[in-house]
Amino acid sequence: MSIKGKAAISGFAEMAPQKGAGDITPLGIIANMAREAIADAGLEKSDIDGLLTGWALSDYSVLWPSVVADYLQIRPAYFNQVELGGASAAGMVWRAAAAIEAGMCNTVLCVVGDRRARARQMPPFPSIEAEFDAPYGLIAANPGYALIAQRHKYEYGTTAEQMAKVAVDQRKSACQNPSALFGNKEIDIDDVLNSRMIVDPLHLLEIVSPCTGGGAFIVTGAERAKDGPHKPVVLLGAGEAGGHSSITHARSLTTSLVKPAAEAAFRMAEVSPQDMDFAQPYDCYTITVIVTLEDAGFCEKGDGGRFVADHDLSYAGDFPCNTHGGQLSFGQPGLAGGMSHVIEGARQLMGRGGGRQVRDAAIGYVNGNGGIMAEQCSLVLGV
Amino acid sequence: MGDYTKPLPHPNDVSQPFWDAAKRHELQIQRCNACGTSIFYPREACSECLAADLIWIPASGKGRLYSYTIAQAPTHPAFADDVPYVIAIIELEEGPHITTNLVGCQPDQVRIGMPVVASFEDVNAETTLVKFRPA
Ligand SMILES: [Zn+2]
Repeated sequence: MSIKGKAAISGFAEMAPQKGAGDITPLGIIANMAREAIADAGLEKSDIDGLLTGWALSDYSVLWPSVVADYLQIRPAYFNQVELGGASAAGMVWRAAAAIEAGMCNTVLCVVGDRRARARQMPPFPSIEAEFDAPYGLIAANPGYALIAQRHKYEYGTTAEQMAKVAVDQRKSACQNPSALFGNKEIDIDDVLNSRMIVDPLHLLEIVSPCTGGGAFIVTGAERAKDGPHKPVVLLGAGEAGGHSSITHARSLTTSLVKPAAEAAFRMAEVSPQDMDFAQPYDCYTITVIVTLEDAGFCEKGDGGRFVADHDLSYAGDFPCNTHGGQLSFGQPGLAGGMSHVIEGARQLMGRGGGRQVRDAAIGYVNGNGGIMAEQCSLVLGV
Repeated sequence: MGDYTKPLPHPNDVSQPFWDAAKRHELQIQRCNACGTSIFYPREACSECLAADLIWIPASGKGRLYSYTIAQAPTHPAFADDVPYVIAIIELEEGPHITTNLVGCQPDQVRIGMPVVASFEDVNAETTLVKFRPA
């Protein structure tokens, strides 16, 4: 039994990221996204009988799925929180499909929203990392990804210019995305390399910017989705992988858990990376894209730097990659950052890409990544 | 030393022997009596075979730099005066990896693979951190 072809994304909504906190709560964002996504799918609130959501750092609590269900006044027959960090949204897609295929529900609302603000109740970090990483300054994501980038440079000769190219090409697409936080002006490699060094070798323009925002999408049965106003975006393959928390204890810094996740997704879909019309890989940092493209099989291991240098990653290029600008240019509104890759994949396949539409896009790869390469969820979506 | 403001470890019953050893300027890790695996961070069960039969052993304190980053901006406000500082992963001679700071080395002299040795820093009356310096 497989969930291949059994369910589809039939509608979505996405808030334009805002730099400031704004005057809206995470639950307010979630309600807006829910209303808009339900309408986009041509549905009524009463059609929703499943709910998947993820934490909001600015309003963290236990029993969050019930908080959301209460706020939206929906009565799910299947609901949960997907806690895979930045991979949460990708993880929602196959969980929704599996719940639908199992007969637990028919139509799942997947929704996240977060506000950039001083956290009311920040969730505690893992105690082992607080004890053995934090005293040395290995805190949050920046230094963890810098450790990966430095080792990748050492093992494979990846260069600063190659890493910078990811940010440059994605910015080209962002300039065609009216919602992007940084979509006003193209940048070049020198701009990236001349931006402030934060954690060597990562410069400011290679690092995502936290912001306020949200997103939602609707997953329903593949047949039912045909009744909607948009081309159903069918889940063809999914794969997930985990196994470490602190990056210090990852089995490898440079070969990531994307490898088993992507292999499983392509195996289920019975296609290869070379069949993809685009890729939407999670991009908290430039190095994340390089490692993900390698481990997903778009190029040989270690050739990611050369691959991004040799290809035009923009929406109009020979390898469209993060056509919304990626989170590097779109912004990272909490878990909606990871959701932006899922939504952009669906948007392109529905033919709703506007000025950044990838021509004839029929099948694409999406990856979600959480923590320091700790949670990976790969999807193959198609129409 | 009383005004140390950086994050400090809060040992529990399982990890206390590690920090007690550090205070004596000794590096200790665990070893599994069932399968022989060397283990860091401190656990109650083996990371390989899950046997709850671990003993503390002295580590040589020697290792190699596995990866590093030079923080040019503080990764926590309390580190602001230390910039630039080196956050590193060391591969211990016994196998396990450990997070640390590389000290006693100019940032432009840091090289992956360089031999390093444990260097203990008494940061306050209670706590000694295990840092590393070039061997
Ligand atoms: Zn064992």
